[in-house]
Amino acid sequence: MNLKNISTSVPKKDHKGKVSGQLPYISDVKVENMVYGVLYRSPIAYGKIISIQLPTLPEGYEAVGAEHIPGPNYVKIIKEDQPIFANEWVNYIGEPILMLTGKDLDILYSLLNEVKVEFEEHQAIYTLDEAIKQKSVSSVLANYEFGESLENISAIEQGAHQIIEEEYDTGYQEHVYLEPQGMLAVYKDDEIIVQGSMQCLYYIKNALLSALACGDDEVRVVQSPTGGGFGGKEDYPSMMACHVAVAARAVKKSVMLVFDRSEDMLVTTKRHPAKLKYRTALDKEGNILSMCVDIFLDGGANVGLSSVVLQRALINSAGVYKIPHFHAKGYVLKTNTVPNGAFRGFGAPQSFAGIESHIGHLSKLAKIDPLEYKRKYLVKQGDPTITKGKFRDPILVEEMIEDVLNVSEYKKKKEDFQRLNQQNQRYKKGIGTSLFLHGCGFTGSGERDHIKATVKLVKSKDDQVSLKISNSDMGQGILTTLCKIVAKELDLPFEDILYPYPDTKEVPDSGPTVASRTTMIVGKLLERAAKKLKNQWQTGVEQEIVEHYVHREMIPWDEKTFTGDAYPAYSWGVNIVEVEVDTLTGNIKLEKVYGNYEVGKVIDERIMKGQIDGGLAQGLAYGYLEKMTSKQGRIQQKSISDYGPPTSLDVVSIESKVFDNPYADGPYGAKGAGELTLIGGAPAVQAAIEDALQTSFQQIPITPEVIIESLWMKEGEEG
Amino acid sequence: MIKFTLNGRTVETDAPATARLLDLLRDEFELIGTKEGCGEGECGACSVFVNNLLQNSCLIPIGSIAGADIQTIEGIIETEQFKILDESYSIAGGVQCGYCIPGMIMASAALLSKNPHPSEDEIREGISGNLCRCTGYNMIVEAINLAAKKGDGLW
Ligand code: FES
Ligand code: FES
Repeated sequence: MNLKNISTSVPKKDHKGKVSGQLPYISDVKVENMVYGVLYRSPIAYGKIISIQLPTLPEGYEAVGAEHIPGPNYVKIIKEDQPIFANEWVNYIGEPILMLTGKDLDILYSLLNEVKVEFEEHQAIYTLDEAIKQKSVSSVLANYEFGESLENISAIEQGAHQIIEEEYDTGYQEHVYLEPQGMLAVYKDDEIIVQGSMQCLYYIKNALLSALACGDDEVRVVQSPTGGGFGGKEDYPSMMACHVAVAARAVKKSVMLVFDRSEDMLVTTKRHPAKLKYRTALDKEGNILSMCVDIFLDGGANVGLSSVVLQRALINSAGVYKIPHFHAKGYVLKTNTVPNGAFRGFGAPQSFAGIESHIGHLSKLAKIDPLEYKRKYLVKQGDPTITKGKFRDPILVEEMIEDVLNVSEYKKKKEDFQRLNQQNQRYKKGIGTSLFLHGCGFTGSGERDHIKATVKLVKSKDDQVSLKISNSDMGQGILTTLCKIVAKELDLPFEDILYPYPDTKEVPDSGPTVASRTTMIVGKLLERAAKKLKNQWQTGVEQEIVEHYVHREMIPWDEKTFTGDAYPAYSWGVNIVEVEVDTLTGNIKLEKVYGNYEVGKVIDERIMKGQIDGGLAQGLAYGYLEKMTSKQGRIQQKSISDYGPPTSLDVVSIESKVFDNPYADGPYGAKGAGELTLIGGAPAVQAAIEDALQTSFQQIPITPEVIIESLWMKEGEEG
Repeated sequence: MIKFTLNGRTVETDAPATARLLDLLRDEFELIGTKEGCGEGECGACSVFVNNLLQNSCLIPIGSIAGADIQTIEGIIETEQFKILDESYSIAGGVQCGYCIPGMIMASAALLSKNPHPSEDEIREGISGNLCRCTGYNMIVEAINLAAKKGDGLW
């Protein structure tokens, strides 16, 4: 089928294999001479390893540890602070110390129970609050500060009518990709092939080159069909890849490491818990004169990607608003808990939950409807960003708000609900909004300085065109959308474009599958490559086209001063959520959800709808349903039902619309869409609950316990 | 030795009675369409039919299935019902990462054979034991709704 309109949906490339269950994920793969690996993990949060005693291992069973690593003992990510196998200090419960390999998993688990490690235990830091209190002595893993000088702000504060200070807390969020993490190293004499569930092939390849201290042609990374990622398979798989590759080298067999659900929940990265502090000066009418924001992220035991997550959190700290006299600073603090990492939104969900909550509370002081109050501060095209960059492209948020107000009958509902709530003592209805954006692509100069993406198109003799890129389809549908872009450009049937699962032996580094960059950045490169191929097209001849990333310089990003254009473009969204709260049980029922989005141009309407519905389900649940906690360094939820991601009964149908606003540097005008859809969920849910109960919250998730406690406090105050 | 019917054929196994049906299907019979998402009966990725009833195969010790009739996704692929579900999931856009999907298809088939014209609430109820982290369920609900209409009289 030749594509007339790029947005018109087509059947997905991987549909048949998935619907029949016959597409093999990594745990479905078996290779010859394959053994399993299981990990011995630290039972303590912080301490020194004194000795390791192994049980007698039966024939065919072996132990692999730090001494088997040919290269340096760390997982190459950004900083060199994450050991592959801890051999001196352990920094969190669950940190891998050694691996046992062998044919039978039951035997491996019983052997694991007999491993004896002696530790010298040290005083650990378990929570973000403790880390903040001890900030001077405990480790700051990253920090940034920017904005208006504090002298200027304090002068403004002195003349202000009042100063409002608020503290806001957000919890862990767990990815719960339905396919647990899994990685296989296939052993060959001259090559190790690592395949598994992953988002970032070249992150893994680079980590392996370092760990194995080997030549470029001695390791190869191949993506398996990936059963959900959401950021959880961005950084974490590099560690697993090092484990299986080092083990395969050591035991000279193929090694498979697959987590079960509880191991996955207890030891893999999560969304950073955060504390956000706001200090805002107001005039008599409640107008904002200045604002200071401090953000603290719980990094867990090592820095991983946390510094970049903090950057995104800070860049989004003023939300979609133009705040006069704005200052922000932020820290990633070390705690002796599971390292936190990438999760869809990457620091932005924490910031938007916080700023939307704070602005909502300010609107109450000013006695103005929250949405009206927010609209006064909305950024417009041409406005500077808080990092002295610029919003260059047209911004359609006003239109999007008007539309969703009409569709949802917001004003009428506000009044109706007030009346209803006076009549009904037990059930209270509320309606709330959120406004948000997402910067597309890597933060700052990442695309230009670190990623430098390259894509390749290969045409065979029979004129079939294959995409050679290192990006992973993890469910978001790029096998389909990127093929559509190339098909349309070449004016070929969509079915004639192939996108095999990437293998680093075949594909150049087009960058990781993260940061809402794939469609916009990689898609644009593919569009350009396809244009070139079209011009040079020779029927019946093999051809190859390579395209490199070209940076369009705007206001250059400077990480030290934290200034410049943090992103080339922004996608935008507006959510409205209606809830009913049971004041007896604290239960929250979602009643209606609306979303208007602007992502430049939609590449496939159905796939976009999937991103909206799936992202919103995660975002809404982040606000009221999903709760993960850690006690003395130990994650308390180790099963899906302990944690509580939404089931089909928790979600309602979502009325959504996508606005067209083509972006010049995106393929067919497309920008990023994958993360945006999560961000508005939690703040809109919070606003709706606050509207229902006529009270304020300073945290998410707002669980039934939080609601009941707040109702008691309110009663106490009133009674 | 345990004997049972698997996708219409009589089969037997020497595996211990405590082994999980899920492992038996995947390892011994190489039926990879039955997936493991949790191993604790909480996600439905391992859904199969045991004597025509939807069950989580991760919770079933094979000692309990002697003589039973087991059907996996592979056993229904050739049916008209599967074809309708396949097409409906495609049109509605119900498939993202795909890991939950074989289990969802089994749950959809189970629901429709009990209730050929389910309401939206009944569909949500029918798949409430099957977790999907990607789609937010709505497009799956729509797929089942569509399958009910397209397959009118089939279930
Ligand atoms: S694997 Fe059986 S219910 Fe999850
Ligand atoms: S499609 Fe990924 S879990 Fe359902």
